Amino acid sequence: MSSDIIEIRWHGRGGMGAITAAKLVAEGAFLSGYGGAIMAPTFGTERRGAPVHTSLKISKEKINDLSPIETPDIVVVLDHMIMSEVDVTAGLKPGGMVVLNTPKSLEKSKINGYRVAVAHVNEIALESGLRKGIVNTGIIGAFAKATGLVDIDVLSDCIEREFAGKRAKENAAAAKTTYERTQVEE
Amino acid sequence: MNVIDSGNVAAATAVKLAKADVIAAYPITPQTPLTEKLSQMIDEGEMDAEYVAVESEHSALAVCIGAASAGVRAFTATSANGLLYMSEQVHWAAGARLPLVMCVVNRGVGAPWTVWNDHQDSISQRDAGWIQIYVKDHQEIMDTTIKAFRLAEEVSIPVMVCYDGYYLSHTYMPYDVPEQEKVDQFLPPYHYKHTLTPEAPENLNSVTMPDTRKDIRGDAAPCYMDIRYNLHDEMIQSIEKFEAIDSAFQEIFERGGNPVVTPYRMDDAEHVVVAMGTLANQFKVVIDRIREESGIKVGVLAINLYRPFPIDYIIKALEGRKGVVVYEKALSYGNQGALFGDVKSALYPCEKRPVIQNHIIGLGGREIKTDTLYETLIASCRKADENSGITDTPNWVGLQTVEPTAAER
Repeated sequence: MSSDIIEIRWHGRGGMGAITAAKLVAEGAFLSGYGGAIMAPTFGTERRGAPVHTSLKISKEKINDLSPIETPDIVVVLDHMIMSEVDVTAGLKPGGMVVLNTPKSLEKSKINGYRVAVAHVNEIALESGLRKGIVNTGIIGAFAKATGLVDIDVLSDCIEREFAGKRAKENAAAAKTTYERTQVEE
Repeated sequence: MNVIDSGNVAAATAVKLAKADVIAAYPITPQTPLTEKLSQMIDEGEMDAEYVAVESEHSALAVCIGAASAGVRAFTATSANGLLYMSEQVHWAAGARLPLVMCVVNRGVGAPWTVWNDHQDSISQRDAGWIQIYVKDHQEIMDTTIKAFRLAEEVSIPVMVCYDGYYLSHTYMPYDVPEQEKVDQFLPPYHYKHTLTPEAPENLNSVTMPDTRKDIRGDAAPCYMDIRYNLHDEMIQSIEKFEAIDSAFQEIFERGGNPVVTPYRMDDAEHVVVAMGTLANQFKVVIDRIREESGIKVGVLAINLYRPFPIDYIIKALEGRKGVVVYEKALSYGNQGALFGDVKSALYPCEKRPVIQNHIIGLGGREIKTDTLYETLIASCRKADENSGITDTPNWVGLQTVEPTAAER
């Protein structure tokens, strides 16, 4: 894989909105000057609750290779419980970033060989006025803080547009608050 | 306006911009979100068209045939077994010379069931008399679908716009949505000179005799074979029309070019990969790497227009090269890749014929790793350089539980 493409794999459960989260980051990246942004869900066995993942590649140039990500630079996990079912760091580049939604502290979440960022997105989402279990906007804030790839204000605007009429302000607030509270391993 | 969305939404948006009047479709994975989007846009008043919900793909195309005969622009879309279920009407639409546009969201054909991508569905319909265009990204889905309506209506031949299931249909990427005003400027309203109305009754596509006979005016009327010759002849002429339509598109939208075949790093290439759809774009990455790492001079020729088959373009692009390697996601069972056979046949009259090899890849969504393309292509170039070990049988790339038997032809 070409080194100027940043590869991000998103792990969630069917129905959690991992695809929407990845799509919003793709939009934010595109608006921030990444001319190539490709979001490709993996298909076939999507069932509500089952582990699913989606691939996001971003690059300054147009991306011609649509093949699935094998060696991501960043992994985003919408539900830490998935880690007991799925090897989320499979193929992750050495020193790669893992962004986790977890109630656990950063200290207790460390993974040998990788950098970890944590936020308790479920709690923040509830505080922000979202229904229980809505984490796909909060996690975007954690992603923004952990990677610095896309400005949180750009992402927050994307979220408001996407969720127009569907608790747009609350979703954007969840992302912003999560951004502020995300702890990132040095 | 630039957006990021799925290929299916790009296709639906193109159909809206083309102002299709009638949509008739039956949902099938991975086409479903395309027709859902169209039905949603019609329901919300964003698109002024009639959505006819039907009970099968055969009926979907039959409705489109009726709509086009009544003088309105019609569109349908399908995949895989859905396309095959409408096959009788596919042939009918071509013979009746109705300018329909259909998106085929490419998927492997059952049995056994697969929902994933290959090209067997549309390739199996290559001889039906439709124009077939294979596209490589969302911008091409958008632009080609709009061009397809104009092409179909100028030559009175239906057009399939084929795009890879999942790789494009469900993948999100940026593309530009043209302005409605400009699309209107590019695509005039549909006018059908044989429009069925009670005021001007006509008898269309009735039984023809093997030999010509006089019509009611006393003129010699064309019969079956002559009518079919016209289809063939005008289909070949549509290559030039497609070029002209692309030029007109470029003038208005400032993008396009190479509508028939797309060359990439071909100028000094000794070896050329031939492929269709997203696979051709993936090869750009592969040959950039091969050129950098091994110095082999290799290029890519994407075939966009597959029917009519652009023989002159193929000869111009490939004659005199050392090797040609055709990678494809379909085959004529018991023979070889359909595209391979077509390319080989196009090159037969050439004095300087390249060595030509065939790889079958990615059937039913079998993963196409960029590394695999890299390795198999280098090996194929080396074989062509040495002109040894070349067989006329397809090489199946990526088999997992069976070993290919040695080619013995």
